[in-house]
Amino acid sequence: MSTEVRLALAVFSIGATVLLAIAAFAAALWADLDAGERGAAALLFEPRVIRLLALAALAAAAAAIAFAPFLRRSIGTPAKLAEQTRILLGANRAYRLAEPESASLRALAVAINELAGQRDALHDDVEERIRAAQASLEEEHNRLVALMSELTQGIVACNLDGLILLYNERARLISSVLAEGRGAGALIGLARPIHALIDKPLIDHALDTVRLRLAGARQRALATFVTAGGAGQLIRVQMAPVLAAHGGDALSGYVLVMEDITRSFEAESLRDRALDALTEGSRASLANIRAAVETLAAYPDIERAERERFIGVIGEEARLMSERLEATAERHAEALKARWVLDEMRGADLVAAAQKAIEGRLGTAPEVEPVDAALWVKADSYTLVRALAWVASRLADSFGVRRFTLRMTRAERLARLDLAWPKSDAPLADLAAWDREPMRLDAGPGALTLHDVAEGHGGVAWFQHDAQTSCCRLLVPLAEPGPETVEAGNRRSESHDFALFERAPDAHAHDERALSELTYTVFDTETTGLAPGAGDEIVQIGAVRVVNLKLLRGETFDQLVDPGRELRAAAVRIHGIDDAMLRGKPAIDAVLPAFRAFCADTVLVAHNAAFDMRFLRIKEASSGVRFDQPLLDTLLLSEVIHAAQDSHRLEAICERLGVAVEARHDALGDALLTAQVWVRMVGLLEAAGVRTLRQAREAAARTRYARVQY
Amino acid sequence: MNTTGGKKILIADDEQNIVLSLEFLMKREGFDVLVATDGRTALQKVAEGRPDLVLLDVMMPGKSGFEVCQEIRAHPEWRSTKIIMLTAKGRETEMAKGIALGADAYMTKPFSTKELVTRVKEMLDV
Repeated sequence: MSTEVRLALAVFSIGATVLLAIAAFAAALWADLDAGERGAAALLFEPRVIRLLALAALAAAAAAIAFAPFLRRSIGTPAKLAEQTRILLGANRAYRLAEPESASLRALAVAINELAGQRDALHDDVEERIRAAQASLEEEHNRLVALMSELTQGIVACNLDGLILLYNERARLISSVLAEGRGAGALIGLARPIHALIDKPLIDHALDTVRLRLAGARQRALATFVTAGGAGQLIRVQMAPVLAAHGGDALSGYVLVMEDITRSFEAESLRDRALDALTEGSRASLANIRAAVETLAAYPDIERAERERFIGVIGEEARLMSERLEATAERHAEALKARWVLDEMRGADLVAAAQKAIEGRLGTAPEVEPVDAALWVKADSYTLVRALAWVASRLADSFGVRRFTLRMTRAERLARLDLAWPKSDAPLADLAAWDREPMRLDAGPGALTLHDVAEGHGGVAWFQHDAQTSCCRLLVPLAEPGPETVEAGNRRSESHDFALFERAPDAHAHDERALSELTYTVFDTETTGLAPGAGDEIVQIGAVRVVNLKLLRGETFDQLVDPGRELRAAAVRIHGIDDAMLRGKPAIDAVLPAFRAFCADTVLVAHNAAFDMRFLRIKEASSGVRFDQPLLDTLLLSEVIHAAQDSHRLEAICERLGVAVEARHDALGDALLTAQVWVRMVGLLEAAGVRTLRQAREAAARTRYARVQY
Repeated sequence: MNTTGGKKILIADDEQNIVLSLEFLMKREGFDVLVATDGRTALQKVAEGRPDLVLLDVMMPGKSGFEVCQEIRAHPEWRSTKIIMLTAKGRETEMAKGIALGADAYMTKPFSTKELVTRVKEMLDV
C-alpha cells in the first residue's frame, strides 16, 4: 500500500473515531433519561437534528485536520526512513539516513546509522581479507593478460552462442581486416557475436570437427580453417575447445587463435612459383634437347641439312632455358592463389560431412559406401564438402540426377573421393567445363571453382563415365592415421578458469532473462532543443556497453551530428555544443546505421528514454533504421524502487546511489553516468522482486511518469 | 623396318622443337606420321587419318590433351587407338588423371627417346 493511501486511511479513521465518540456520548445520555425527559429532549433536539449532525461532522473533520501533519510525519517519515535504509543496505553503503524532526524517529535514524557504521567496519575487514586472498589470483590474471597482449596471434574466446568473452589487442587488429566489406555490424567486443566477423557455417563446421575429435579421443581436438579478409588477406584460424567445468567432454565454448598468414604466404608462394617455373618450365626444353641429342646419336647417317636443324633446336632450347632461369630469379610480385591449410582427418568423417551437406542441399541423403577406418586424408574439409554439395546440386539441376553414392578409396599415395550416380548421358565436355565454373552455393562472397579446390589440395578433379556409373572424382592427399595424443583427462587447463563460459546457451527470449545477465547499450543524446515535433534535431549520441553488469569503458560510441539547422541558445547553454563544432560532422541519416550496429542484440537503457526515443523514431523513415530493441528507462525504474523520494533527476539518483557526477551534459558523459546508475539499480530492483526484463518493463509502465509523452 | 609398316602415329604437340625429333624418330622407325599442333587439329587428324597410336601432349592450345583423350575414348570407332600422354607436369596426380581418362601410358618430359620408341612398339605389337 502506498504511503499516500495509508495517510488518507489514517486521517479518515481519526474523523470516524471522533464521530463514534460523539455518537456513544449521545447514546449514553439517552439511555440515562426517563420517558418524560426523553419527550422533552426529543422536542428540544428534533427540529435541530441537521445542525447537530453537521456540528458533529465538523468536529470530526477539525480533529482529522489537526492530526494530519502529525500523521504525515509518523507515517510518511518512517516510510522514507525505510527506503533510505534500503539504499544503505543495498546500493550505496556510504549513504546515511537524514535525521527527521521527530525526536523518537531521530533516535531510530541515529541508531540505524550507527548500525550501518558497525556493518561497514565489519565489511571492510572482510573485504580486506578477501583482497589479500585475491592478490595472488590477480597476479596470475595479470600475467595471463600480459601474455595475451604479447602474443602475435589474435586470441578470441567465445561461448557456444558465438558471443565473444575475451579478446586481445591482436585479435582487434585482425578483426578490422575481417570486417572490411562486411558492413557496420562487424565489430569485435565483449558479448558481440563472432559470426559478424567469421561466417557462422564456417564456425559451426569447425565446432563439428572439434566435437567429433573429442568423441574420438584419438587426436588433438583442434580444427583449422582459413578465412579471407575483405581485401583478400588470408586469416588462419585454429579452434580449440573449452570444456565444461562439470567434467565430461561437453563443450562450454571455444578459443580461436587467429593469424594473418597473407604475408608469410606471399613469400612462400613466390618461392613455390620460382621452383615450379624452374622444374616444370625446364622439362619441356630439356625434353626437346634430349630428344634431339638422342636422335643425333642414334642416327649418325643423318643428312647434313637435317643435322643443322637438330643442332639449331639444341641451341635454341638451351638459350630459352637460360633466359627462363634469369627471369625466374628476377621475378617479383605475381598474382597469388590462396594457400590452403590442410587438416588431417579421418576419411569416413569427411564422407559423413559430405553426406550431411548434400542431404541439406537436395533433401535426400546420398548413399555412403563404408570407408576403411585406417584411411586418413589431408583436407580443407569445409571447401571440399561444399564443392561436392555444389557438384551434386549442379547435376540435380542440369540433368535431374537425384541418387548419389559417396565413396572413398585408397589409390597408392592418394585417396579417391568419388561422388557417383547411375550412368547418365551428361556430355563429358559439359561436365569438364564445370571444373572452371565459379561455385555459388549461397550469397556468400568468394566463388572458388572445383579446379581451385582440387589445386588447393594438390590434387585434381574430373568427371568420368564407367560401365554402370558416372562419377566426379577428386584425388586428395593421404595422411598418416592420427596418433593417440592427449589423454582425455589431461585436456582440461589448470591455469585459468573463465566464469563467463558458464553462461547458458541463449534458449530463452530476452523477456524472461534475468536483468543481471543481459547486455545493455546505455545511451544519451544531446539535441538542438526540446521539441522534436517542431524540428529539433540530435547533435550528439553517446553510448557505452554493459555486459554482465560490467561497464565497458573501452567499448563506447561517441558521435557529433550535424543537425542541418541552427542550435537554440538555450540548448547551447546546457550542453555547450555550438554550430562551429558541428560543421563537417556526418548527418543523422549516416550516423544512425552505425549506432544501430553498435547496439545490435542489446537492451537499450536511457534516462528519460521517452525523450531520446522520440528523436530516434522520428528518423526511422528517412534513415531506414529501426530501433525496436527492448528499452528500459532509469527515470521510471528509479520511481519503482524509490517511490517516496522527491526527485528522480539523474543527479539526484546519482547522489542516492553513490555515483560521482563528473562531466554532465555531454552525451557520452551522461551515458556513462546512467550506466553506473543502472548497474547499481539492478540489485535494488532484484531486492524489490523485479528480476526479469519483462518484470522491469511492467513495473516501469505502472509508474506515474510512464504517461509522460514527448 | 618393314615390321612397322602400315602403322600410323599421330604426334600432337604444340612444341615444334620436339615435333621435329619425334617426327624424324618415328619415320626412321618406319611408321607413317601425322602431326597436329593443337587439340582441335589433333581430333580432326584422328578422324581423317585413323592413327593406331597418338603421342598426346597435355598442354596444348585449343583443347587440352586431357580433353582430346576423353573425346577419343568416347568415340566407339576409335576405341582401339592407343594413347601415350606426354607432359611437362611431373605431378603424380596429373598422371592418375591421364590414366583415368583413358590414356594407355603417360610419360613425363624429359623422357628417353629410346624408351619412348620401345613403349610405342610394345603397344602396337611390332
